[in-house]
Amino acid sequence: MAPDMLFLLLWKALLQTVHMVAVAGVIGSLIGLPIGIFLATSGRGELFPAPTVNKIVGAIVNATRSTPFIILVVAIIPFTRLVTGTSIGTAAAIVPLTIATIPFVARLAESAIREVDRGLIEAARAMGATPLQIVFKVLLAEAKPGLTLALTLTLVSLVGYSAMVGAVGGGGLGDLGIRYGYQRFMPEVMLAVVVVLIVLVQAVQSSGDALARRFDKKTRKN
Amino acid sequence: MSHAASQGASTADSMVAFENVTKRFGGSKGQPAFTALDGVDLTVVRGGITGIIGRSGAGKSTLIRLVNGLEKASSGQVVVDGIHVGTLGESGLRDLRRQVGMIFQHFNLLSSRTAFDNIALPLEIAGMDRKAIRDRIGPLIDLVGLGDKAGRYPAELSGGQKQRIGIARALATEPKLLLSDEATSALDPETTQSILELLKDINRDLGLTVLLITHEMEVVKTIASQVAVIDKGRIVENGRTFDVFTAPQHETTQSLLSAAIGAKLPEWIRSDLKPVPAPGDRALVRLVFFGETAFQPLTARLVAEIGSDVNILAGAIDEIAGEPFGSLVVSYAADPQTLERAARFYRDTGLTTEVLGYGA
Repeated sequence: MAPDMLFLLLWKALLQTVHMVAVAGVIGSLIGLPIGIFLATSGRGELFPAPTVNKIVGAIVNATRSTPFIILVVAIIPFTRLVTGTSIGTAAAIVPLTIATIPFVARLAESAIREVDRGLIEAARAMGATPLQIVFKVLLAEAKPGLTLALTLTLVSLVGYSAMVGAVGGGGLGDLGIRYGYQRFMPEVMLAVVVVLIVLVQAVQSSGDALARRFDKKTRKN
Repeated sequence: MSHAASQGASTADSMVAFENVTKRFGGSKGQPAFTALDGVDLTVVRGGITGIIGRSGAGKSTLIRLVNGLEKASSGQVVVDGIHVGTLGESGLRDLRRQVGMIFQHFNLLSSRTAFDNIALPLEIAGMDRKAIRDRIGPLIDLVGLGDKAGRYPAELSGGQKQRIGIARALATEPKLLLSDEATSALDPETTQSILELLKDINRDLGLTVLLITHEMEVVKTIASQVAVIDKGRIVENGRTFDVFTAPQHETTQSLLSAAIGAKLPEWIRSDLKPVPAPGDRALVRLVFFGETAFQPLTARLVAEIGSDVNILAGAIDEIAGEPFGSLVVSYAADPQTLERAARFYRDTGLTTEVLGYGA
């Protein structure tokens, strides 16, 4: 394949991947984060005690997370069609990606928030803070480095998931690698795809790590 | 004012009153309840420093958390400045908590906030605007001696500095009562002293009532004017610190004290002590000096009075709640004549004594 042709294919696929990952990442996080906060604060004796709802939400999150992504993609096709009007293409691929992101973010956010020292919650209660003030001024502020790493991990996983939505014509780098590199026996395309993916993941991870380090005031820096 | 009728329950000079307070944990699903506090009656004097001392698990933490409603009493009343804590709803509790500062063993500072912003937190919570917060914090951070550390994060501060920030944070809302939950237990002895000095200054200069819990006799001895000793959920002894410490009645107080005040007898002497003298035995007596007697050369006069056969076995000079206090264990022949002369000497001088036993 001509180098400029390969470049064009790669560029288009990269944009599709970034598009899918970005939209699913943002929407999934916007929904997943509040669910994570709820999971972390609604146990017995916690800020918003609702142990029964907590268990139900937890079970739904687990169920979604244990469904293999490729099966989720196919299983929710009717829902995807309802939302986007179609079941193929990049826009349609974003729906299952978002659905998969929500419980992923929720669990990671929950554990990041649970890492916050219980003593800080008690101190805030002793100051007369409302539960919502505790969430925003204490829990989210203190969990910021952990949440940043959680969102980084989410984006990295989304890059991997996005490779599977080629199955519904979602496009993207993974799809390119399968169709050209594997099915058309073009190892140079496969190699190029893998290299671009490695660079992409590396870039996401490094920026996430750097951001988390900046937020983390726990470790002494001189 | 639904509390008006019950205000008489606490006297005018009491900041906190516990009235027959019991706290049980658990007890559902067939498991027996754990009784953390059992019929506690206690008054915290307004404007004073009151210490509650006990071993871990004695119920101190539960007791102090009842004051600001972090725990709720199973029965009995907790009255804080005329307000019955048990009757308050969530919003009433929040109002109360803004008038009661609290400091903690592990400081509980937010690692994501600078020293300044940590002190600002209770004011933000109370809805104060940024400018007023700045005006309030300036003097506070100077008061705790950390004016130059305002922009530092807790990770960049030492334990003592963190506790100073914790104290400034607790004072930010200008509370009338400060609760101290083992505030010096994570600090070295020197830093402990400097934090205790700070608390003493705050108590004196701001007229703030302080209620502290600790397992360290040293802390109570240094700053508390009143002390209550708690054991297995009960207050076993309570009163002026000096009185309690110079004449401890309860076994818990005695054992907590013997570690802190160096009048503990060596094991080899203690194990041989008998309650009644045999012929040729010596009497072992603890002499306690305080008030007037602390400043007189009484040991020399004792020797002159009963002969040179006085042996000093153990002793310590100390200060309790700002008053000098000495303790000396001496032995002398337990013959009737010597005992009689010693007794007369004690009567004449007003020396407080305790016969520990008799031995060879």
